[in-house]
Amino acid sequence: MISIVMSVLVLLGLAVLFGLILGFSSIKFHVAGNPIVDQIDGILPQTQCGQCGHPGCRPYAESIANGEAINKCPPGGQATIEALADLLDVEVLELDGEHADIPIKTVAYIREDECIGCTKCIQACPVDAILGAAKQMHTVIIDECTGCDLCVAPCPVDCIDMLPIASNITNWKWQAPADPQQVFQQIIATDKRPEVELQS
Amino acid sequence: MGKVFSFHGGIHPPENKHQSTQLPIATAPLPKLLHIPLQQHIGAASKACVKIGDKVLKGQRIGDAQGDFSVPVHASSSGIVTAIGNHAVPHPSGMPATCISIETDGQEQWIAHSGLADFTALSSAELIDYIRDRGICGMGGAGFPTAVKLHLGDHHIINTLIINAAECEPYISADDLLMREHAEHIIAGIDVLQHLIKASHIIIGIEDNKPQAIRALETAIAGCRYNIDVVSVPTKYPSGGEKQLIQLLTNIEVPHGGIPADVGIVCQNVGTVYAIHRAIAYGESLISRVVTVTGDGVNKPQNFETLIGTPFSALLEAAGYLQNNTSRLIVGGPMMGYTIDDLEIPVSKTTNCIIAASPQEMPAPDPALACIRCGQCEQVCPVQLLPQQLHWYAKSQEYDKAQQHNLFDCIECGACSFVCPSNIPLVQYYRHAKTAIKEEAQDKRKSDIARQRFEAKQMREQRAIEEKATKRKARAEQAAKAQAEKQKVAQQPPLDSAEQQQLLKQQVSAEKLNVEQLQQQFAVLQTQSNTEASAIQLGDLQLKKAQLNLQRAEQALLSYQPADCAPDIDIKKLKVAAAMASTKLKKAQRALKNAQEKSQPGIELLTTTILALEKTASSANAAYSDASNHCLATCSTNPVSTEPATGDAKKLKIAVAIARTKLKRAQAQLSKATAEGADNLAELAQSVTDLSAKLSTAEAAFKVTSAPIQTQPTGDSHPSRDQPDLKTLKTMAAIARTKLKKAHSQLEKLSVEDQPDHQLLAEIARLEEKVLKTQASYLQAKDSISSQPDAEQNKAAKQASLEEHLQKTLSLFDRAQQALQKAEANKSPAVEKMRISIEKISTKLAAAEHALQQHNSSQDQE
Amino acid sequence: MPHIRISSPHVQRPTKTADIMRLVIIATLPVLFGMTFFCGWGTLINVVLASVIAISLEAICIKLRHRPVLFYLRDNSALLTAILLALALPPFAPWWVTATAVFVAIIIAKQIYGGLGQNPFNPAMVGYALVLISFPVEMTRWTAPFDLSGNSWEVLGFADTLTVIFGSWQEIIQTHPYIDSFTGATPLDTLKHRNGLTVEEVWQSSQVMANVGAWYAVSLCYFVGGIFLIYRKIYTWHAPLTLLTTLVLISAVFFAIDPDSYADPLIHLTTGATMLGAFFIVTDPVSSATSNRGKVVFAAGVAILVYIVRTWGNYPDALAFAVMLMNLCAPFIDQYTQPRSYGYKNPNSGQPSKENHS
Repeated sequence: MISIVMSVLVLLGLAVLFGLILGFSSIKFHVAGNPIVDQIDGILPQTQCGQCGHPGCRPYAESIANGEAINKCPPGGQATIEALADLLDVEVLELDGEHADIPIKTVAYIREDECIGCTKCIQACPVDAILGAAKQMHTVIIDECTGCDLCVAPCPVDCIDMLPIASNITNWKWQAPADPQQVFQQIIATDKRPEVELQS
Repeated sequence: MGKVFSFHGGIHPPENKHQSTQLPIATAPLPKLLHIPLQQHIGAASKACVKIGDKVLKGQRIGDAQGDFSVPVHASSSGIVTAIGNHAVPHPSGMPATCISIETDGQEQWIAHSGLADFTALSSAELIDYIRDRGICGMGGAGFPTAVKLHLGDHHIINTLIINAAECEPYISADDLLMREHAEHIIAGIDVLQHLIKASHIIIGIEDNKPQAIRALETAIAGCRYNIDVVSVPTKYPSGGEKQLIQLLTNIEVPHGGIPADVGIVCQNVGTVYAIHRAIAYGESLISRVVTVTGDGVNKPQNFETLIGTPFSALLEAAGYLQNNTSRLIVGGPMMGYTIDDLEIPVSKTTNCIIAASPQEMPAPDPALACIRCGQCEQVCPVQLLPQQLHWYAKSQEYDKAQQHNLFDCIECGACSFVCPSNIPLVQYYRHAKTAIKEEAQDKRKSDIARQRFEAKQMREQRAIEEKATKRKARAEQAAKAQAEKQKVAQQPPLDSAEQQQLLKQQVSAEKLNVEQLQQQFAVLQTQSNTEASAIQLGDLQLKKAQLNLQRAEQALLSYQPADCAPDIDIKKLKVAAAMASTKLKKAQRALKNAQEKSQPGIELLTTTILALEKTASSANAAYSDASNHCLATCSTNPVSTEPATGDAKKLKIAVAIARTKLKRAQAQLSKATAEGADNLAELAQSVTDLSAKLSTAEAAFKVTSAPIQTQPTGDSHPSRDQPDLKTLKTMAAIARTKLKKAHSQLEKLSVEDQPDHQLLAEIARLEEKVLKTQASYLQAKDSISSQPDAEQNKAAKQASLEEHLQKTLSLFDRAQQALQKAEANKSPAVEKMRISIEKISTKLAAAEHALQQHNSSQDQE
Repeated sequence: MPHIRISSPHVQRPTKTADIMRLVIIATLPVLFGMTFFCGWGTLINVVLASVIAISLEAICIKLRHRPVLFYLRDNSALLTAILLALALPPFAPWWVTATAVFVAIIIAKQIYGGLGQNPFNPAMVGYALVLISFPVEMTRWTAPFDLSGNSWEVLGFADTLTVIFGSWQEIIQTHPYIDSFTGATPLDTLKHRNGLTVEEVWQSSQVMANVGAWYAVSLCYFVGGIFLIYRKIYTWHAPLTLLTTLVLISAVFFAIDPDSYADPLIHLTTGATMLGAFFIVTDPVSSATSNRGKVVFAAGVAILVYIVRTWGNYPDALAFAVMLMNLCAPFIDQYTQPRSYGYKNPNSGQPSKENHS
């Protein structure tokens, strides 16, 4: 009987102790705000394109934090999905539906001869990357353009093109070495050395 | 001879330098076309300053430096600019970049140039600018602008100048041959550098596989005024790496993220030193360099003094290019160089070697096997990284871990790949990982900027919406106010009421006249027998119209008159008050007379009372006349002034109520004192008269202020006239009641004294009648108003009921006090109880006052 | 001729994985010779048997993975595993014990993890540990290197050895009366089960201990092979030296405290699998720690565990268990033993911190 009482008391004491520790730490180490939304927002590409069905990246981040699927960001592509899956510890999904292809980074260009200066694209641009005034020719600040596509539809004269970002010497990057698995496909049992790929 | 230390790792690849050192430096043939890249150095590309078709001379500047971290480019030979545009350039990507193409004329005509007679005469800054203007950048491989390297801040104190002559890469012998043939020029270049840097120690670091060059240098330094050490270091790749050479010669490590100058060292390539000498001594810009052309793919491996911009094809041709024996073309050494596949790529300032390798010489690598973590790479890494760990992380794209393993300290020397038994292209993994990390960082930066811009835009839009909303609200208020103003103007005709009436009267008389005229005409028409029926009808119609007009005008006149008399009500009230005061005065005088006749006690008291009443009466009269004047003024001139007056009116009303209560209490006390024959009767009487004076002034003031308010419109126009009526009636009723009570109290007093007064009784009866009448009329008016379903009315009704409640409570208080007096006089035992009940009533009274006040203030807020 | 585009470096050292494996195999030859000399043909037969099984299994696995078989077999890694395993097994272990050990080593410990370079545990040690636990009796079939009389040694003939391995050992005992048992004890066994005698008394009484010289010779063979590999720069001195010195130090301390209860350092150094472990097992690059500092920590850990199990544990020798336990720790050791890179004051260690993200 004594032992039962003792064990109950000990457990009670432990419960109180840990409760106090938890309570203390919840006050002491309180994290203000909702960091998970910030973290998700940090992963999203910030094109503000609205292809996820939300008006901007942050609303989608909030929505993801509330349990929405992570595969609705075509500009981010599979890499973003993987990063989100890693962050939220959920399963990696395929990119949603129609946008299943690999995203090619593009930026908007205005064919300036055709621009009539209607300012519609300026209003549509979520990041203020289009310069111009009414009745004046508009132009895109290429460095600021996120390639969100939102300016293309409002243009009444269809003078905006989404062009892929040109690869040049300054933004060129080294290719990853070929996947050994693929090289092995070429090796045959006769032990012949495979032809090394010619890159032209 | 300095002490030689060592660095971690390193490898000993086959040197293969002997092939190209057999022959002296030859001059490369002048090509037909020179393609001079605008970016041959680290930093900003220079900008073309010539146009297509321009004739340029050898050594003429054709590209201006852009910013401090840049150098200009010069024409390597005389000729005509044929193109400025994209052309293949020596770069691992194989992508084109902007080049200036010059069609040479074979004249090799120099632009006027001359060396500096005495460079020591120039200041450091001038000398550095001079070096920069000659287009000199590091010729060891990276192409770091030399001027930037020499332009040191004050916090850098240089102890050691190291001349990098190690040339550790296999195959390359450009520096070796340069030292063999131009050792004295190199020493002269060091002289210039030493003048700029003023180091205490100059070391030429050279690998021990170049004995001839070492000998040449040692001979050359014999005559030098500085103490220069030629230190031969053991042949080990990559001893020619800047940081590795510094460690070899000084055993100092350049701190991570720092530059050699941080540890008091400046390191310059031997080729750069030579170029500096050419620039200082002859004024020649950097337009040529020594290039090794070697490998099994050429017949005559050799070093060439080559003009910048010479296509590789020309160089290879000069060395006896065997196209069929060449499987890869390498720019730079076999360890760090990159392959190209375009022979039209030109020589740049950093091109030190071209290797045309045969397939036997450099066989295609076997496919990579799995890493067995053998650790060979770790043993050879000159930076002491863990290459195999980096490989795992780079492969699995765990870039944060790769960075933690100091990926960015990798110098890409290729030692790890060289020793890897599994043929893993480690360097390529690192290069890819580095660019991927940089790209990621850039994307991150870009997305951060995008986020900021997006949020800024959203905020701006939000602000715009809010501003619009507030503006709209302001406009709506403005409009409402304007509307109200208009209504006010419509309601309160700008004309004096009398004038208005006059106008209406005139209108009426005019209409009357018109009707009479028409009637006369009509009568004449009827009398004339020949008149047609239609004419008679027309005349009849006209007459009827005129009569209608007349009726309307008369109605307008009639309806105008009540509106006109609205402000008079208060004046009437004041009149009543004044009359009342005079009545009281008369009454008092009568009482005094009575008393005097009967020689009763309290004559003095009555006299004072009469005096006070006289004062009251006069003040009431004064108030009346004041009010009537003021009312006229406010009604006719300034409708806006009514607004602030509303608040005043309410305050005044409350003041009136309080004053009245006080007065009543004082009166009660006075009467009690009179009854008991107290000593302080005179004082009390004085206070009563004072209070009553105050009350009457307060009432007067209240009436004056409230009068215009009550005429003020409150959205709907129709009840505006009823309200003042109602209030007046109520006030009248209240006054009548008060009078009645006073009379009652007097009667009681007299009855206590057993002196029935018939006159007083008659007075009471009259007052009772009056009270009933006023109350009835008041109720009637109230009913008529409450029948109108209006919020404004409800509020007014509520106010009225509150006021009524207050009045009732007041009267109750009075009665209770009277009862108390009576009881005290009778020495009744219930005195205590009654006192308590009086107290209760007084709290009730206060509550009622408070409620009224609250109601008024809430109305104020609205 | 078309020009290929390829990343630098453009030259490579000709030494390949297969060469490294071949060198290690060459380094085992003295041991093989020593074992055959002292214990008869059993070891040689085991090596051949194990090699054949290992290569067959490896080939099957590569085939199943649709990879080029010959290309992969040529890396010699399966062969090396088989040889090391065969050297560690008792010379007269029945064939099915050897087969089981090889199967476990090749299939379970290596191929299931993805083949060469992916295995977290040393395959040979996994195979050895499994059969040691599963078949304790068969795993004691060490013949005494000398016959029991102690005057001379005589080993079984080739045919007899085959009979023992593939048939029944009772037959052999009947035909060879001078052998009374194949379950001869090793010196470590003898010391472990000394029935209350002091170490000194065991030395004097036991025939096994009298013949300890043979074990010294075998250890010397391992040592020679190891020195050869260090000379050829196949691995660095860090791991072997650390293992040996740690073991010597610990045993010396305990021997100094109580010589009656604890074996002397020489015994620990020269008997059992110490030398095998030092020069052929902890130097296995795949499953051990990476950096030089890491190798030191790894080998020291192995040495400590070996001594603990030998002295206080149930098994006379414990290299397999010690190595496997330390294999588990290798990634952790790697994290905290990064070398100090050029230009840094201190080495990095542990997980990347958030500040490193840039």
